[in-house]
Amino acid sequence: MQISGAQMVIEALIAEGVDTVFGYPGGAIMNVYDEIYKQDNFKHILTRHEQAAVHAAEGYSKASGKVGVAMITSGPGFTNAVTGLADAYMDSIPLVVISGQVPMSLIGTDAFQEIDAVGISRSCTKHNYLVTNASDLPRVLKEAFHIAASGRPGPVHVDIPKDVTAEIAEFDYSIELGLETYKPNVKGNPRQIKKAIAAIAKAKRPLFYIGGGVINANAGYEVRELIKKTGIPAVETFMARGVLSHDDKLLVGMLGMHGSYASNMAMSETDLVIGLGARFDDRVTGKLSEFAKNASVIHVDIDPASISKLVNADYPIVGDVKNVVKEMLELSTSINSNKYEPWRETVANFAELHPLVYHEDTDRIKPQWVVERVGELLGDDANISTDVGQHQMWTAQFYPFSRPRQFISSGGLGTMGFGFPAAMGVKAASPDKISINFTGDGSILMNCQELMTAVEQKLPVINIILNNNYLGMVRQWQTLFYDKRHSETDLSVQPDFVLLAEAFGGVGYRVTTKEEFDAALKDAIEKNIVAFIDVVVERLENVMPMVPSGGSLFNMMLLERKEK
Amino acid sequence: MTENSERRVVSVIVVNEASVLSRITDLFSGRGYNITSLTVAPIPESKYSRLTIVTSGSVRVIEQITKQLHKLVPVLKVYEHADLVEKEMALIKFPITESISDITALCQAYNGNIVNVGENIFIAMIADDPKRVDNFLKMIKRYNPKEIVRSGAVALER
Ligand SMILES: Cc1ncc(C[n+]2csc(CCOP(=O)(O)OP(=O)(O)O)c2C)c(N)n1
Repeated sequence: MQISGAQMVIEALIAEGVDTVFGYPGGAIMNVYDEIYKQDNFKHILTRHEQAAVHAAEGYSKASGKVGVAMITSGPGFTNAVTGLADAYMDSIPLVVISGQVPMSLIGTDAFQEIDAVGISRSCTKHNYLVTNASDLPRVLKEAFHIAASGRPGPVHVDIPKDVTAEIAEFDYSIELGLETYKPNVKGNPRQIKKAIAAIAKAKRPLFYIGGGVINANAGYEVRELIKKTGIPAVETFMARGVLSHDDKLLVGMLGMHGSYASNMAMSETDLVIGLGARFDDRVTGKLSEFAKNASVIHVDIDPASISKLVNADYPIVGDVKNVVKEMLELSTSINSNKYEPWRETVANFAELHPLVYHEDTDRIKPQWVVERVGELLGDDANISTDVGQHQMWTAQFYPFSRPRQFISSGGLGTMGFGFPAAMGVKAASPDKISINFTGDGSILMNCQELMTAVEQKLPVINIILNNNYLGMVRQWQTLFYDKRHSETDLSVQPDFVLLAEAFGGVGYRVTTKEEFDAALKDAIEKNIVAFIDVVVERLENVMPMVPSGGSLFNMMLLERKEK
Repeated sequence: MTENSERRVVSVIVVNEASVLSRITDLFSGRGYNITSLTVAPIPESKYSRLTIVTSGSVRVIEQITKQLHKLVPVLKVYEHADLVEKEMALIKFPITESISDITALCQAYNGNIVNVGENIFIAMIADDPKRVDNFLKMIKRYNPKEIVRSGAVALER
């Protein structure tokens, strides 16, 4: 059929089964918005900032496993969205972000709201397109969705000049995907898999090292089964929280900079690392030369460039984690799980020696308590998002996650301002679960305008502000490594978060006691509208344990230092 | 962990499409890889182009370069050459007062010749292994070359 480029965008989104688009209009994308107005196949959610539109699409994608879609205009609309693109790129989140561009005739003239969008997005997207003819649109959009979701997932950016959205051309979405140069390897070499299984059967102290790639590949339940069958202990990265349920006996915990003592010691003592969809991030490995020093490494990853990038893999397996783990399961009968009993005991001893704890306080609410309390009260009923800082690490440490996709946070880029809009996306994808965002008094100000979106769209996200009047994580480093010179991290001057929430039509609570906290959470859930729960917590609490940046995993700072 | 840096030649076959070259160069600059030279031309009777990139780095870096290049959507193939024939071209402008016959003889030893003679200058061309081009350029210093242009390398596996 002959339709306009703008109509093609709508038709493609419908054909891809998109039910929710997050966006913000403007001049260059107006033709497309005009078509959005005329249709009722999918919902458009108007965020109040383009960065939030992309973060919301990320949250939506993380919670649903589908491709998230965001729509923005040229120039400032696009530049506002760049942080979201970079965030999605670092965390391998499949997105299609469609931006308007000035008309073809004006490109390169420094026209009003012109920016070289594809030039900017090149380094923070998996792939991008500047569409110069409407007749290219069906192919480009089809490719965009395919590339975003396949292989190692990631954001794809499609930039469409205004005149191209007006141009009439033939639309046929049943075309074959071209892309002869793009062929991710999903299968996993059977010989390598066999060798890996043999290595596991031979090892004395093997350790699963589970990364976020397991969640991206929807391989969580297969991985659970493999761990159960083999009886091998497992550590999770920050991005993999929830792959194993908190009560799984074989889950040692999170590893890395703020991981548990047991996890980091297990990693230091293991003789075989079984890495699944994990990329050996520096926040995980600590000092590379000391990382899993006595171990061989099995590394399963869809991205060949991730394998042996930092740590040499003795058994590299390029493939989709789900496929590979399924094959491993079939071969796993040769593995005798009883054999690892002494190793399991060693790991259990590590956990007993230094469990993950915090000191309770009678006068002040400890931030860790808040996370634990929400875990007790809501557990599996909530999806948990976070912003970036201490509250993020406490959430990863203390929330009892029980399933993949329950925990949504900005890992690779560490983007303050991610949490609230992402939580809105999570709620849109998963309306039956309560959507909680743990945030800090610094982070929440970086996208608090989304109160308006949440009120208008009835996305009752509950933002729990662990308010320490500090940019806490930076303050912690200043305390520990800069001789307490708290340069520009004091947030003593603050808005009234209760009034702020209420100004937008949401609900706010200020909480100074544990009883007040329970009451506020209960009330917010009942009211079922967007909420700020401003919890006054101990100001100088540090995230512990900690591996100082560049240090070895087995050299953790364990004791909480009492500060004055 | 100091690893030895080695000179390597990498060939990349890419689909001819807008901005494919900047995708490649952005990858190098964004990840801090080094480009010594880069040559591109379409492959005759195909929709592909071939890039020859001379780079340097440790074994690990070179491995990342080839893997990261391969991840780019328009990239069809990446070859990291071990055994290859490699050629580079140079054009050199001399004052007409220098000895054309000497220089012609030299050029012929380096797979070249005089390609242009004008009123005040003449231009020589050679095409040879990059190392030999270095040599040639050293030798002709005494003939007071006015301008020198080198191409990047092109290479084919033996
Ligand atoms: C956009 C952005 N700017 C700066 C930083 C650096 N940064 C990391 S954590 C942090 C402090 C966060 O403070 P807050 O949100 O109050 O959380 P807390 O650490 O107190 O829990 C900062 C400034 C960042 N991660 N993102």
